[in-house]
Amino acid sequence: MSLTSRLSLLAVLSLGSFAARADINMPVGVTPISRDVYGLHMLIFYICCVIGVAVFGVMFYSMFKHRKSKGAVAADFHESTLVEIVWTAVPLFILIAMAIPAAKTLIAMEDTSDAEVTVKITGYQWKWHYEYLDSGIEFYSNLNAEHNAARQVGSGIDVSQFDNYLKDVDNPLVLPVGKKVRFLHTSADVIHSWWVPDLAVKKDAIPGFINENWALIEEPGTYRGKCTELCGRDHGFMPVVVKALPAEEYDAWVAENTQAEEAMIADSGDGASAAVAAVDDDREWAMDELVAIGEGVYAQQCASCHQADGAGIEGAFPAITGSAIATGDHAAHIDIVYSGKAGSAMAAFADRLSNSDMAAVLTYQRNALGNAVGDTIQPSAIKALR
Amino acid sequence: MSTAAAGHHDHDDHGPAKGWTRWLWTTNHKDIGTLYLLFSLVMFFIGGGMALIIRAELFQPGLQLVDPLFFNSMTTMHALVMIFGVVMPAFVGLANWMIPMMIGGPDMALPRLNNWSFWIMPFAFLLLLSTLFMEGGGPAGGWTLYAPLSLQGGDSFAFVIFSIHFMGISSVMGSINIVATIFNMRAPGMTLMQMPLFVWTWLITAYLLIAVIPVLAGAVTMLLTDRFFGTSFFNAAGGGDPVMYQHIFWFFGHPEVYILILPAFGIISSIIPTFARKPLFGYASMVYATASIAFLSFIVWAHHMFTVGMPLAGEMFFMFATMMISVPTGVKVFNWIATMWRGSMTFETPMLFAIGFLVMFTIGGLSGLMLAITPADIQYHDTYFVVAHFHYVLVPGAIYSIMAATYYWMPKWTGNMYDEKWGKIHFWVSTVFLNVLFFPMHFVGLAGMPRRIPDYNLQFADWNAVATIGAFGFGFSQLIFVYVIYKCIKGGEKATDEVWEGADGLEWTVPSPAPYHTFEKPPAQYS
Amino acid sequence: MKSSPHMFLVGKLATLSIAMFAFGYVVMPPLYNVICDITGLNGRTNSAAVAAPDGSVISDRTITVEFVSVINSSAAWSFKPVVQTMEVVPGKTYTTNYIAKNLSSGPAVGQAVPSVAPSSAAKYFNKIECFCFTKQEFAGRAEKEMPLIFFVEPDLPRSIDTITLSYTYFNTGEDPENLSDS
Repeated sequence: MSLTSRLSLLAVLSLGSFAARADINMPVGVTPISRDVYGLHMLIFYICCVIGVAVFGVMFYSMFKHRKSKGAVAADFHESTLVEIVWTAVPLFILIAMAIPAAKTLIAMEDTSDAEVTVKITGYQWKWHYEYLDSGIEFYSNLNAEHNAARQVGSGIDVSQFDNYLKDVDNPLVLPVGKKVRFLHTSADVIHSWWVPDLAVKKDAIPGFINENWALIEEPGTYRGKCTELCGRDHGFMPVVVKALPAEEYDAWVAENTQAEEAMIADSGDGASAAVAAVDDDREWAMDELVAIGEGVYAQQCASCHQADGAGIEGAFPAITGSAIATGDHAAHIDIVYSGKAGSAMAAFADRLSNSDMAAVLTYQRNALGNAVGDTIQPSAIKALR
Repeated sequence: MSTAAAGHHDHDDHGPAKGWTRWLWTTNHKDIGTLYLLFSLVMFFIGGGMALIIRAELFQPGLQLVDPLFFNSMTTMHALVMIFGVVMPAFVGLANWMIPMMIGGPDMALPRLNNWSFWIMPFAFLLLLSTLFMEGGGPAGGWTLYAPLSLQGGDSFAFVIFSIHFMGISSVMGSINIVATIFNMRAPGMTLMQMPLFVWTWLITAYLLIAVIPVLAGAVTMLLTDRFFGTSFFNAAGGGDPVMYQHIFWFFGHPEVYILILPAFGIISSIIPTFARKPLFGYASMVYATASIAFLSFIVWAHHMFTVGMPLAGEMFFMFATMMISVPTGVKVFNWIATMWRGSMTFETPMLFAIGFLVMFTIGGLSGLMLAITPADIQYHDTYFVVAHFHYVLVPGAIYSIMAATYYWMPKWTGNMYDEKWGKIHFWVSTVFLNVLFFPMHFVGLAGMPRRIPDYNLQFADWNAVATIGAFGFGFSQLIFVYVIYKCIKGGEKATDEVWEGADGLEWTVPSPAPYHTFEKPPAQYS
Repeated sequence: MKSSPHMFLVGKLATLSIAMFAFGYVVMPPLYNVICDITGLNGRTNSAAVAAPDGSVISDRTITVEFVSVINSSAAWSFKPVVQTMEVVPGKTYTTNYIAKNLSSGPAVGQAVPSVAPSSAAKYFNKIECFCFTKQEFAGRAEKEMPLIFFVEPDLPRSIDTITLSYTYFNTGEDPENLSDS
């Protein structure tokens, strides 16, 4: 048996270093639930190790001792009711011992009552939209633009220069530390799943349905996660970033952005004629100006399907280059972007883009990507639709 | 059409027909078994090639080789090919070859149905693989074909559905045949509890197949009508629910997991006693454990769906039910070890693969136990930890059992011993690379890498590079397997009738190679 | 082989497989909906009007009802609740409104799909009148204020203090004029 004990010593030593390594183990996380989950994970892991060492120990011992080459003669036993009852009952007790703490954590996970902040998270192909129900702040969260450029097939950009490659976004979800935050999950197209390992929060976002869970973040910091339900071509490129701020800083952030939000609403042209943005929509824009803005919007909103060069993907996503719509009359071109195409992956962008951004991307499509129609679509034309 | 063929064959009692049409019209269980096994071997390399495309793209961060959409269709196809094109046909092939010989029957109960069951398969897979070359590409929504994502693809989706229907029809016909064979063709006097475990596990598997493959057919038919005929089974706008698809799919999917592993249990239960030279420990408890695993497989499906938002009571139920599965599975592992205990063991290639199965399947089983713990599963779900788990139960589980069976029974099939040296090299090279391939997946999964992504953060780079090296090593080492099979068919040391010193069972009482027709007169020892 | 002893067994097995297909295709979808209706499994609430409560049982507590709107990618709409939250006494009847606007120039047909979180509250949340019971037709750029009359059952479990009602607006794609793509 000295072999078995040596093996188990080795196992315990390597386990000690395993538990401490963040790159090969589950993060402990920063919420009470994530710590509980980590504890459960390590407990069941150690139980499995003990079972493994015991089972394999007996097996390898037998393989060394009971081999024909060592002159072992086969015994003839082939059943033992007592032994069989024991090895049915013992695992059962281990399971019950395991199930009790697991059930406790599960109950805590499902208790979303008494939340102080509620955020509605909507999955889109392939970005997230956050809406704070209490303050009305809302925004989209896209993959960092530099990462997006670097991750294209054959981009030639060395991705190792980025610190958080594919784990960084333009607008992170800002949350307060020390307050119970409730998340509402839903989707605008296919099923997504919102996951932040450090919060032990993972929930599917299902179109037409709403799910909820919660987190109480205990330490300020930036926590990164991913979409974990296959949601199409760019499933791997819609990261989640949560920035947890101390309560006062969070309140300041909310105050600042609530004002910005009001200015944004003015921009969408809903009758706030005094706002500068609205006046801006009415002026005549230059082609260069529109194309320059449009290039950025295209990369952010269109390129993942229609491709950065506008070639599309045959049979799945139509090309913009040489497309009858993108080189045809304005009304049809505006309509497909504004209203989308039902029953396809083409979404309606009416509520996602401002007048100027939509005009810019349309103009860009007409005058770049190999198209050269030579005309512009003005923000005023989009404004007129609303 | 079949009357002519059957008429022809009914006189042809003494040997196979000449020429290639022998394989087209054959109703002989050994020929059909061979066809299934060869088909599965070919598909193994096709599915493996897809896996290598996946691993090559994941070798380092950044997208180097393929478009993400094609990457998704590779993960989808790899799974469909490996599950429906490799493991299931291989098991059916082994059942065809061995069940009649193990129970002392002359052939399968329904030989013509048997021929059809096989020949549907190549057409089904041609159809499936051809979608890769159609406009819009192959299916890219994952092998689970979750709505609504799977409904976004091109029109080639219809062909995917039809090919799944064909595979299903083939499996169900094959299963009906196996059940009929086991019930009606046993040697006179052989009771059910005297059957070898491989026969028992296949009997239970066949019932599982008959029960759940039609459910899959129903689910994909709903996808088809949702996609093309305007129904709203899974569309919330029309009163449907995408989660219902997942419930129906996994009601099929979880028993399917056991369809992929129960025959493996039967194979291992045949091999270990032979090389331990000792009867199987706890035969009756093995049968009961298999039956209880099959029963439990019907009530655990939602453990694949812990993140969809189930009521607390549902999550609790599925957690406990899933944990319960480890009890009968544990009984099996303990029984195998007890069979080895105080035996007189030798370690020929089949035994090596069986022990490889035992060790690595147990590792996969233990990670399965971890996955059963719902709160922890919420962290593990849809990460590489899950990928590591199911590859540990399927590759060194199902695939190793098929390889073990091939080495174990090949001398009986060909009449020649395989090359023991190369068999052992095959085992050791495969096993080393397999662990290099799949073990690091546990690490990256726990550290936060989701599955089904073509590109990743640098923190996962080292282990992914290691896994890719393992994948290519494992993939190419399977050429050794092909070489050993080829060499064994061509010639080699003549096998005795018994082949293995400790072998027990009717299949070892017939000559090697097994004649074209065996047990035309039933064996006498059971009456 | 036609008259072989296998035929009875084969017939039984084939019937089993056909029955399982029927179970998957014909029985499961309605069964799932029934289970969901009874248990609130997927957070779906009633899809047809229920009668108003008689007011005999009024709870002694107040809960919060949150209203949320989601616009499916298939739809060019704006869609918002008029009020974000209401303090509600279970047992009493309340009225609120959602405003939807068709942002496109052609006519369109919309369908709102309700969902309640937590899903265990779904069966206690009753709608007496709701725009989600039927499809809504919109002329190009038309705006509608659509009413919702509801009550929460007084026996709502004490552990639930907030109910979120979400509507997702889908474009049913039923108007060929507007939706024919170019």
